[in-house]
Amino acid sequence: MSVPILDVRGLDVVFRTGRGAVHAVDGVDITVAAGEVVGLVGESGSGKSVTLRAILRLLHENAEIGGRVLWRGEDLLAMPAERLRSVRGREIAVVFQEPMSALNPVLPIGLQIDEVMAAHFGRSREMSRAARRARALELLDLVGIASAAERLDQYPHEFSGGMRQRAMIAIALAAEPALLLADEPTTALDVTIQDQILKLLLRLGRELEMALLLVTHDFGVVAETCDRVAVMYAGRLCEVGGVADVFRRPLHAYTAALLGSIPGEGLARSMLTPIPGQPPRIDRPFPGCAFAPRCAYVEPRCHDERPPFTTLAPDHGSACHASARLPERAQ
Amino acid sequence: MTLLEIEHLSKRFTGRRTVASLLRGRVRPVVRAVEDVSFEVGRGEALGIVGESGCGKSTLARCLVRLHEPDAGTMRFEGSDVLALNAASRRRYNRQVQMVFQDPFGSLNPRMTAGQALAEALAVHRIVPSSRIRSRVGELLDDVHLPPGAAERYPHEFSGGQRQRVGIARALAVEPTVLIADEPVSALDVSVQAQIVNLLLELQQRLGLTLIFITHDLRLVKHLSHRVAVMYLGRIVEIGPTAELFTNPRHPYTQALIRAAPQVRPGRRTVEDAVRGELPSPLAPPPGCAFHPRCPIAESGCAREAPVLDQRGGTWPVACHLASPRSTV
Repeated sequence: MSVPILDVRGLDVVFRTGRGAVHAVDGVDITVAAGEVVGLVGESGSGKSVTLRAILRLLHENAEIGGRVLWRGEDLLAMPAERLRSVRGREIAVVFQEPMSALNPVLPIGLQIDEVMAAHFGRSREMSRAARRARALELLDLVGIASAAERLDQYPHEFSGGMRQRAMIAIALAAEPALLLADEPTTALDVTIQDQILKLLLRLGRELEMALLLVTHDFGVVAETCDRVAVMYAGRLCEVGGVADVFRRPLHAYTAALLGSIPGEGLARSMLTPIPGQPPRIDRPFPGCAFAPRCAYVEPRCHDERPPFTTLAPDHGSACHASARLPERAQ
Repeated sequence: MTLLEIEHLSKRFTGRRTVASLLRGRVRPVVRAVEDVSFEVGRGEALGIVGESGCGKSTLARCLVRLHEPDAGTMRFEGSDVLALNAASRRRYNRQVQMVFQDPFGSLNPRMTAGQALAEALAVHRIVPSSRIRSRVGELLDDVHLPPGAAERYPHEFSGGQRQRVGIARALAVEPTVLIADEPVSALDVSVQAQIVNLLLELQQRLGLTLIFITHDLRLVKHLSHRVAVMYLGRIVEIGPTAELFTNPRHPYTQALIRAAPQVRPGRRTVEDAVRGELPSPLAPPPGCAFHPRCPIAESGCAREAPVLDQRGGTWPVACHLASPRSTV
């Protein structure tokens, strides 16, 4: 594996709230290599979105972020605000789930693309106004928005959901970032439009040699877009590995249980193998493995001894006491 | 045996007249949410209705439970015309066909405990004598695998999955024949969805329920339904037996939908779009076949004439001019 451009080590996020501390992200390690597509998967409350936002320090003031986020060797968490501002958007860009709340409703799309270029390439020094407009046209074309010239002057409400997400991506790409962080970019979209946006991200990643960290709750999306995947549960990292390896032989009982509970793979109308119970509340600390109360492979030590993250195969590891007992999946 | 028979059902919504539209002399916009939809459901069958936003699947469900009055068409339940029933028979129909909503938070009264909500349904429809209500509430909670103590709890005290169980128990309270579920698991956590899918399967088998469920999730449809109806912009474009339809979809839209749905199997990665173009606005659907602007095989005739749902030499009906008896993906 090549040297990672992003190296997240022991990331911790604690929110101080009126009702006590909430440990939303607890010791997460993730790496992303240049040009690589990494999926960060988990259900609501697993800490996947908080992890993504913590990378660029996009969290509210009541969040305490610990650990290190090394971007090309520099720690983003220790970086002065001025330097961080030149990384945000320029080197690492973000696409959010709800383009309508991420876009400015009172500015035309063209202006919102222009803002990014103006901020990062200087208003007159490196790029003239005309050059920026030409580049904005190119970008809309690149993300598959037809009649780009007219679209530049339109406002977000004049775009459909899929087109808004394309516009968001165009804005994110404006400064040619080396890494794109995408937080559930297709969850609000229809199936055929989701397919188009995911394929667009993959094509752009290839063409622009841009790495992608994709947050999702859908293992199908992971299977069809990612090179590697990191699985999170209750703020903790369960498993990391190559997509083919993780799907063939999951090394964490939670990954195995989730993959085994998805409908549409086995015999039609047969009983699925559900995961009992519900995801835990992360405002209460648990000494052992967070998944233990719902786990079919639970051992006595799982309840009070937190399993350490262990690398068990090349580029494939997990934090599970039962990893050796998990079966290979039929494909 | 046919239990529910829908023929040429249509539901239109007329938009509001605005000052601007008056000044411009425009007619009020009309959305043909459900257009000329016909299908049958057999007793004990599970029919999945699948489609993307704006395809009319939820409007259709609401017509079936009579939350909307259709503008045209007929609905027959056990042979009698539902739309022409007298008040007493209508109430009976309303009891027999029950709905489970996507978000139980929105459909349960937040100020009533689960027990009160169930008791109310039992009392209003006089399902059991008042002396039996308490024990029947207990049985219903047991049916959906909630502990007896759940009766004393309010909707906000339940998790999402438990709340959906209460919603299902509420629908079952009046002892329906047909359960209509509109996106019953899409608001739930992934790890909880399988629990509710299993519950629906179990209840259907145990109580002999007929299940019509509406979803955008192809995996769910594939797993749960005997037959699938695929909708696009208000019309059914294809309806057939689930396994066969998934292996050999006949309509280009069904083919695109199946290609677009991400599968939980790595190694299928492509960068080719499953289908080009956007979903058209239901306010201005394309002429002819509504799918023709996005269709990879459309011919000039497709823009002129809307295809009807017909066998076209195959074993199940499809609404495509170009469908042949043996078309494959």
